[in-house]
Amino acid sequence: MIAAQAGDRIAYETLLRDCIPFIKLVVRRQGVHHDTIDDVVQETLITVHRARRTYDPGRSFTAWLRAIAQRRAIDALRSGGRRKSREVFAPLAYENHSDPSDGPEEAAFQIEHTALLNAAVDKLSAPQREAVEHLALRYQTLAQAAEATGRSAGSLRVNWHRALKSLRAQLLGKN
Amino acid sequence: MICSDSNDRFVQVLSADLTPVRRLAPPAWRLLIWLAIVGLAALALAMVSDVRSMIHRLMAAPDLWLAAAGSLLTAVSAAAAAFQLSLPDRKAVWALLPIPPALLWIGASGIGCLRPWFVAGTSPMSIGDSDSCLVFILGFSLPLSLLLIVMLRRGFSLRPNLTAVVGGLACASAAATLLNFVHPYDATASDLAVHAVAVGIVMLANTLFGGRILMSKISLSD
Repeated sequence: MIAAQAGDRIAYETLLRDCIPFIKLVVRRQGVHHDTIDDVVQETLITVHRARRTYDPGRSFTAWLRAIAQRRAIDALRSGGRRKSREVFAPLAYENHSDPSDGPEEAAFQIEHTALLNAAVDKLSAPQREAVEHLALRYQTLAQAAEATGRSAGSLRVNWHRALKSLRAQLLGKN
Repeated sequence: MICSDSNDRFVQVLSADLTPVRRLAPPAWRLLIWLAIVGLAALALAMVSDVRSMIHRLMAAPDLWLAAAGSLLTAVSAAAAAFQLSLPDRKAVWALLPIPPALLWIGASGIGCLRPWFVAGTSPMSIGDSDSCLVFILGFSLPLSLLLIVMLRRGFSLRPNLTAVVGGLACASAAATLLNFVHPYDATASDLAVHAVAVGIVMLANTLFGGRILMSKISLSD
């Protein structure tokens, strides 16, 4: 650690690697669940990194490391306890929960709606359908659509507005 | 779950981020710096107050100089405890260090409150004078607290709130000790109560604000 305080990266890397089994031991003894031990190990390593200037070479490194690991373990236990008090583990309720945005009624309505729209688009003239496909369905700009179709931007715009008028008449008429 | 391979990668990332650090000065040395600044404040007050009359007043009654010694020892021991607590590997039991001098301070001040009832010729203070004591203690505690929190934050306290509350006691008792320079009264119950309220306010403010500042240093959420 003395070398690490002086900036020796190799010594620091070796030290941190050697610390991991000891940190795991301390954390496990504090009662941290095995699923979260590696999380607490990493939090302890971050704390060691941030607090490295406070290590006094005249004192025990193990005691210094143990104090930090114990504190991070206690933090993990507390945050785990808070999470448990707010959350409920109910796998059956989760599985049975219906998704309101994608229910069978909405799905059927969506299919019907799409079929109506497709039928209305099919009834458009070829230039109008082309304008709708490029500008609305492919989200192209007028310039991109003009390049893709070989038509002028003005022609596309005219056909786009006519297509909208025609679709509006068809769909509103049906409704 | 994070697998152990990620621990190895994590070590590599931390090592790559390594820069040389200047080791933190020993707590005794940091304590001396803080006490020296408090000493400068005392020197400034001594230059504008009647020190001879203060010494004469304190020597006239043992409870007065015992209370002054108690508050001074509380300031020194609480600051020493706070600097110890600002290091990760120090035990929480350090927080108990200022309790004996604090008991001496409270006890001597309490005995002093009884004196005006039994001894003629004493000059107890009025409620209006107590207000100025409150302002003095709060006014001196604020810069001392700011300085102490800045110095404590250079450490890495794993018990930020405990460190801040002990630091608050150090600042409040230091301010109460400095108050002797401008406090030509015998102690009364109301005086003692005002001092206690002032010390309580300083400790509470240190816990609320200083504790958060020290907590932000050790928090992993940023």
